[in-house]
Amino acid sequence: MTRHALGATLAAAALFALPAMTQAQTSADGIAQYRALLADGNPAELWEAKGELLWKQKRGPKNASLEACDLGKGAGIVKGAFVELPRYFADTKRVQDLESRLLSCVEQVQGFNAAEIAATPFGRGEQVNLEALVAYVAAESRGMKFNLSQAHPEERKMFEAGKRIFYFRGGPYDFSCASCHGEAGKRIRLQDLPDLTKNPGDGVGFAAWPAYRVSSGELWGMQRRLNDCYRQQRFPFPGYASDATIALGTFMGVQGQGAVSIAPSIKR
Amino acid sequence: MSDPMRIRAQTQGSGAVVRVLMSHEMETGLRKDAAGKTIPAWHITEVSAALNGKTVLTAQWGTAIAKNPFTEFVVKGAKAGDKISISWVDNHGDRRTDEATVA
Amino acid sequence: MTRSAAVAALLAGAGLLPAHAQSVWAQAAFDGKSIDDVIKGLGIAKPVASADITFTAPDIAENGAVVPISASTALPGVKRIAFLVEKNPTTLAGIFEFTDAVETSVKTRIKMAQTCNVLAVAIMGDGKVLYAQKEVKVTLGGCGG
Repeated sequence: MTRHALGATLAAAALFALPAMTQAQTSADGIAQYRALLADGNPAELWEAKGELLWKQKRGPKNASLEACDLGKGAGIVKGAFVELPRYFADTKRVQDLESRLLSCVEQVQGFNAAEIAATPFGRGEQVNLEALVAYVAAESRGMKFNLSQAHPEERKMFEAGKRIFYFRGGPYDFSCASCHGEAGKRIRLQDLPDLTKNPGDGVGFAAWPAYRVSSGELWGMQRRLNDCYRQQRFPFPGYASDATIALGTFMGVQGQGAVSIAPSIKR
Repeated sequence: MSDPMRIRAQTQGSGAVVRVLMSHEMETGLRKDAAGKTIPAWHITEVSAALNGKTVLTAQWGTAIAKNPFTEFVVKGAKAGDKISISWVDNHGDRRTDEATVA
Repeated sequence: MTRSAAVAALLAGAGLLPAHAQSVWAQAAFDGKSIDDVIKGLGIAKPVASADITFTAPDIAENGAVVPISASTALPGVKRIAFLVEKNPTTLAGIFEFTDAVETSVKTRIKMAQTCNVLAVAIMGDGKVLYAQKEVKVTLGGCGG
């Protein structure tokens, strides 16, 4: 192809690209408008209310209240706990995210079988109660900035593990988390994908979950969100509240340091 | 037994804005489950709102009102301390009433 | 007894039916598969477009399962507002009935099966019927298909 023809072809291509870009602007604005109209009256509030009741209620074989549960800021302290998770816990000697810590608490304090709950499908049985607790605990940190500790060596180890897992390519499509979330400006159809390798902004990415997912009409915790990510990568899920998922949460949480949490938010 | 509604009623000018979040599946009757069987329609059919016991707004809903529906309306002449109550009935005959105080 | 008549009897017994029992009669409207069907089912006059009805809906719904809409009017005499979704399997989403104790204004959320026109139909006490409409683009159908 001559230089002249190439130039003409590129110019023509650029001309065709322009309308597409203008359309994308309008679509993005349209979606922003849709989300703004849904901001008031988030059905997640129904889970938050239920979670608050469950937190205070005496339940389980030990007939005890979760007010004895330590989410990292002391027994029974819920406010501000969410934005410091995942973190290291001395009693379990491991770094735990919210769902993992709730499993420890419902087992230790109330006598439930954590392994059974972990094996229960999302949206069923005790998982429903866990989802409500997740919504409540997250809501008590709404508007606060993520501030995960990296002081403990285990916390730093989990960060490094999370980073590795984030970039690990595998499965039938050889996808990693980074394939979709590894740089700015990516999208799948009309969904803008946040860059999770750094702070993508207040209320974006890690700072938006848990969330009420309109498409299933249910409250999704981070564990369910990660489960669905792996499903979309055609990759087996590492396991509910497994170290791998906690490591990923640690990586994303530390990268998102300072972002304001809007959880539970509302998602399509 | 259905979950409680979330009702917020706040004074605005000479009235009050009432916002209600209801917990209900609002099943259209068009979906199929994993086995291919149609999930039967299950939805709120009638809604009514009352101020201090007197009905102020009613509605009839079909299957196209969203799941966990959110509704907002404005009651005239409502003051702080007034009682707002919202009731619904669904096509199974289940019903629920919840109350809130105007703040 | 038909199911709708049975429900009406149940509601009447519970004191939950509005004063002018519409429940059975509205069933025909709720079964309507087109705007014309619904208008006929409601037994109202043909709606006339009016700028006096303010209808708000998003340009695009990210998920048709939940589409926030609202309608309001300053016109006196509007007794009911019905929301119609042109291409839904059944067109009538809901009817709101206003007493003098509330403003003629309501926000609600509907399901939309696909991109189409959504109408707010205002029914006046004197029988006049007005409407406003907007096309809402739907990227993911919301009726469960």
